[in-house]
Amino acid sequence: MKFWRIPLDIDQIKIPRGELHIIKERCKGCGFCVEYCPKDVLKLSNEFNAKGYHPPAAVKPEECVNCHLCELLCPDFAIYSLRVEEGQKEVSLESQ
Amino acid sequence: MSIEVNKSVAETHPMEKILRMDRIPHIWCPTCGLGTVVTAMAEALEQLDLDLNKVAFVSGIGCTGRVAGYMKLDSFHTTHGRAIPFALGLHVARPDMKIIVFSGDGDLISIGGNHLIHTARRNADITVICVNNFIYAMTGGQAAPTTPISAKSATSPYGTYEHPFNLPLLAASSGAVYVARWTALHVRRLTISMKEAITKRGFSFVEVIAPCSTLYARLNKLGSGLDLMKFYHDNSVIKHGADLREVDIDYQSKIVVGKFLDIEKPTFLDCMNEGNRKAFGDKYKPYGGCNGNV
Amino acid sequence: MKANKENVLTGSHYLDGNHATAEGAIAAGCKFFAGYPITPSTEIAERVARRFPLIGGVFIQMEDELASMNAILGAAWGGAKTMSCTSGPGFSLMMENFGLGIMLETPCVLVNVQRGGPSTGLPTLPGQADMMQARWGSHGDYEVIALAPDSPQESFELAVHAFNLSEKYRMPILIMSDECVGHMTEKVIIPPAEDIDLVERRFTDKPPGEAWPFEWSKELIPPMLPVGKGYKFHITGLTHDERGYPVINAEAHEKNVRHLIDKVKKNVDDIIWLEERDMEDAEVVVIGYGISSRVMQPAITKARKEGMKVGQIKMVTVWPFPEKRIRELAGKVKALIMVEMNYGQVFLEMDRCAAGKCRTYLVGHAGGTVHKPENIYNTIKEAVK
Repeated sequence: MKFWRIPLDIDQIKIPRGELHIIKERCKGCGFCVEYCPKDVLKLSNEFNAKGYHPPAAVKPEECVNCHLCELLCPDFAIYSLRVEEGQKEVSLESQ
Repeated sequence: MSIEVNKSVAETHPMEKILRMDRIPHIWCPTCGLGTVVTAMAEALEQLDLDLNKVAFVSGIGCTGRVAGYMKLDSFHTTHGRAIPFALGLHVARPDMKIIVFSGDGDLISIGGNHLIHTARRNADITVICVNNFIYAMTGGQAAPTTPISAKSATSPYGTYEHPFNLPLLAASSGAVYVARWTALHVRRLTISMKEAITKRGFSFVEVIAPCSTLYARLNKLGSGLDLMKFYHDNSVIKHGADLREVDIDYQSKIVVGKFLDIEKPTFLDCMNEGNRKAFGDKYKPYGGCNGNV
Repeated sequence: MKANKENVLTGSHYLDGNHATAEGAIAAGCKFFAGYPITPSTEIAERVARRFPLIGGVFIQMEDELASMNAILGAAWGGAKTMSCTSGPGFSLMMENFGLGIMLETPCVLVNVQRGGPSTGLPTLPGQADMMQARWGSHGDYEVIALAPDSPQESFELAVHAFNLSEKYRMPILIMSDECVGHMTEKVIIPPAEDIDLVERRFTDKPPGEAWPFEWSKELIPPMLPVGKGYKFHITGLTHDERGYPVINAEAHEKNVRHLIDKVKKNVDDIIWLEERDMEDAEVVVIGYGISSRVMQPAITKARKEGMKVGQIKMVTVWPFPEKRIRELAGKVKALIMVEMNYGQVFLEMDRCAAGKCRTYLVGHAGGTVHKPENIYNTIKEAVK
């Protein structure tokens, strides 16, 4: 992350990490999450779900900062993120 | 990219506890803004940490009217335009509960217009979330009283000839004590507004500009719901406390959003209790709901 | 259970029909009233507005009749006993949402103090021309229960009865009064509270999560679910299933509509209330309801004195129509005469049930005044031939 000047408490700030969960079968391929993710983590994948839509996939899962914006924007309740605690392995989950 | 399913992690969306999962997936179109507004409401209810047993939703007919069917709360899907009087009756019978009216622009403002202005005048303690997509979506895209002049719709194929309502001005001049407008994309600010509206004593009115992809966007060739949502957000100007006479929305013009009004005024039940106390003195017991529960 | 002493104005009073109706509603425990002023029903609203503050009720004068009907449905779901009153033009406005009350199976009472119609008609004069509208006014198939008081005393009693019926059958009940009864002042004796029996609302006894709002496969009249107690139910005016969720297909619609009809049809014997007199040797039967059932008395008395064998039936419940009784009578008597202040509405039902087995006569007129007993007498004379 680029800082204009180094904050005085930079050693205390921990940038949160998020673990993305995408419920592929609910997705209607609207693209809100892809468009508005501030870290450009998501992209619409090429695969299809059962309804014929392209669900998103996390192309840069390690960049996710758990801001929950995709979770709030998704009209179909198809994506959410969970905070990754220190030391936990970061895995992007795609559940059915 | 490797996929590992970690079984110890929660597999359910955090909103699922407030949604009727036996009715999901919902009927709204892809890129419709309604799901986003429902998510903002679910988030607001979650953050307020209210007793969800004491919250009831009332909605009318239309795409937005279906919201009541998807919230896992006591919810009522009433007839077209009549969500507000139903909510008024329910509120007066149960003043201990929070009644939220969630309906669309056509339902609340056209056929329900009279009820909106009178219930706002009474300053009944209910919250009204009006999702404005500028059209009657459910029935096929007919013009609504909020359709901007020159926009096309199914009943105005050559462009609407009528001026639309300025909803915040209408609500405020009728007597609402809290008036705000946001677009569906302003999710966090919308959530905060919804929280304020729900906890506010008196008639609160929140207008949410949401894209209608299948009807409004398609009939006016404005792209997908995502394009329309982007347009609304990019052209919205945040002006808290703006002069309500200047917040009209023209066709594809800038949209003034923000919290426009937040005043204090005695509610309908306050006034009733006060008036009766003056008339009867100690003989009058303050109204405590139809079963004496407040 | 018994009426609450605080509500009941026990004693002997000199009241008009409208005031008596209001007192009946209050005695029955009505605690929410939403109405709109319309002659000749406004006195009910005015009396309720005066009485409610000290007994814990709320009166709201709504912006129109449409709002009134919906507000009483909302408050009924909130747990209150609710009522509204109107007349012809307002009754027409309330029809859509009366249907909502039927569909949602909401207990409430609606009083129509009938006046001359159609349209603005005769606001200050009586009529009985809304009877078919009471039966079929809202769109779709459904059954109604409608009561017709003939005096202020009966206005009080039928108001209590209407609330009991609404709780028992979980539906809106109609009281089809008329301007003559509404504005007629007579002695009304209001009994002590312990002599007034009330039916209380039935709520489910199952815990949240195990009960649905319309469990009609288990009971013909399913218990209601209380709001705000964790049941988190959803109800809709759309065709729905037992869970209250909308289901849009013919099968579900059949079940739903069938249930609304069966609720009343299977209980007709319990609901129908007729007062019959002099029927043992009757060759001609005169049938009336509301004020007409009183106006027909002098004609019948005169006819009896002259040796004509005339029986009479006063319909206290007009809907559901007593089909079985009329069919039975038609086979035994020479003629059936219907007396009503319209050009033949309930008469059509009587005529249909008579099915040609006896002659049928209508003594009717457009309204605006009660019948002249001579006209009824002349028809009786004609019918006895």
